[in-house]
Amino acid sequence: MAQRESTFINMVVTLFVITLIAGGTLGYVYTLTEAPIAIAKEKAQKEAIKTVLPEFDKLSNPFKVAAEEGSDSLEFFLAYKNNELVGTAIKTYTKKGFSGLVSIMAGVDTDGNICGYQVLEHAETPGLGSKMTTWFKSTEKPKQSIIGKSPKTTKFTVSKDGGDIDAITASTISSRAFLDAIVRAYNSYEKNLESNTGNKK
Amino acid sequence: MNQWKNFTKGFIKENPVFVLVLGMCPTLGVTSSAINGLGMGLATTFVLVMANIVISMVKSFIPEKVRIPSFIVIIAAFVTVVQLMMQAYLPSLYKSLGLFIPLIVVNCIVLGRAEAFASKNNIISSAIDGLSIGLGFSFALVLLGGIREILGSGKIFDITLYSENYVSLIFVLAPGAFIVLGYLIAFINQIRKS
Repeated sequence: MAQRESTFINMVVTLFVITLIAGGTLGYVYTLTEAPIAIAKEKAQKEAIKTVLPEFDKLSNPFKVAAEEGSDSLEFFLAYKNNELVGTAIKTYTKKGFSGLVSIMAGVDTDGNICGYQVLEHAETPGLGSKMTTWFKSTEKPKQSIIGKSPKTTKFTVSKDGGDIDAITASTISSRAFLDAIVRAYNSYEKNLESNTGNKK
Repeated sequence: MNQWKNFTKGFIKENPVFVLVLGMCPTLGVTSSAINGLGMGLATTFVLVMANIVISMVKSFIPEKVRIPSFIVIIAAFVTVVQLMMQAYLPSLYKSLGLFIPLIVVNCIVLGRAEAFASKNNIISSAIDGLSIGLGFSFALVLLGGIREILGSGKIFDITLYSENYVSLIFVLAPGAFIVLGYLIAFINQIRKS
């Protein structure tokens, strides 16, 4: 078959048809994947809440709380077991990361101690800052762990800045960002403690 | 054309990374571990095969002056399909590659094959060409990612080989990518000559 000539009308029609087909296909695939994507996201969030909190059987609907500082709000999830509050999961974030936004699910137990965390999203350097996903819950080195500690009694800054938490080797910036997110979550938690526990029992 | 030759050329003889030196941005960006390289490579392979097939199918309808925008629209549509599918069914892989998937659109390997091969050859040859170049790309990314992972974090495919105390971090960072790629290109060129 000979090549179609590059006349104005040919070019316009060709481009129109190609973009029309591409657009239609994309629209179809989007409707096809919309539900699975939402389910996958929700599942990831549920899994994260499960790992950061003690066992629970009921989870409250998330409610948004304005952060102490910064423009975005934090999301709170209250977890109950036999209708008793066992902990609060807080979806927190920081913009101080080495490469952009870091989003973390943090768990606070009823005594106000951090009982777990899970990094949901980050773009830190692999092999350096990315260690934050496990570093701060190390059971072998208590000085770098934040589990079971409360920002009230422990200084949640890296030891280089006079705090009580050991930073990730060679990733002080990522460590600072991580602690920033945790402290942000905790401050909002403290501030909303009253309304939290009184809320929906 | 000999289809077997057409298929094997992508691995060494016309390897897109080591020989054609195309698509360096994703090559250097995602290969901090072998599994990332594999995921990126296979996603690119899918796009390459599909784009090559479609472009060779419609090549005679496309006026020459608008061929580049037409190819780009076709490629971009396939990339978005891959992105949505991956987000829906492979969320953990999407999490580590998400940033790089849209970059396949501007990966010059894909447009390069469309322009140099698919727009001149029939559907079957084009599909095999896409598969060959895509698998060659995957092979290069896994090799590069594997070496960087072993040297930089003491692991391969997330299996720990030796203690993290002995790794040299530079290999998971950007400079390490250039160093490893340089040595690999030298090595592959040596093989090709002999």
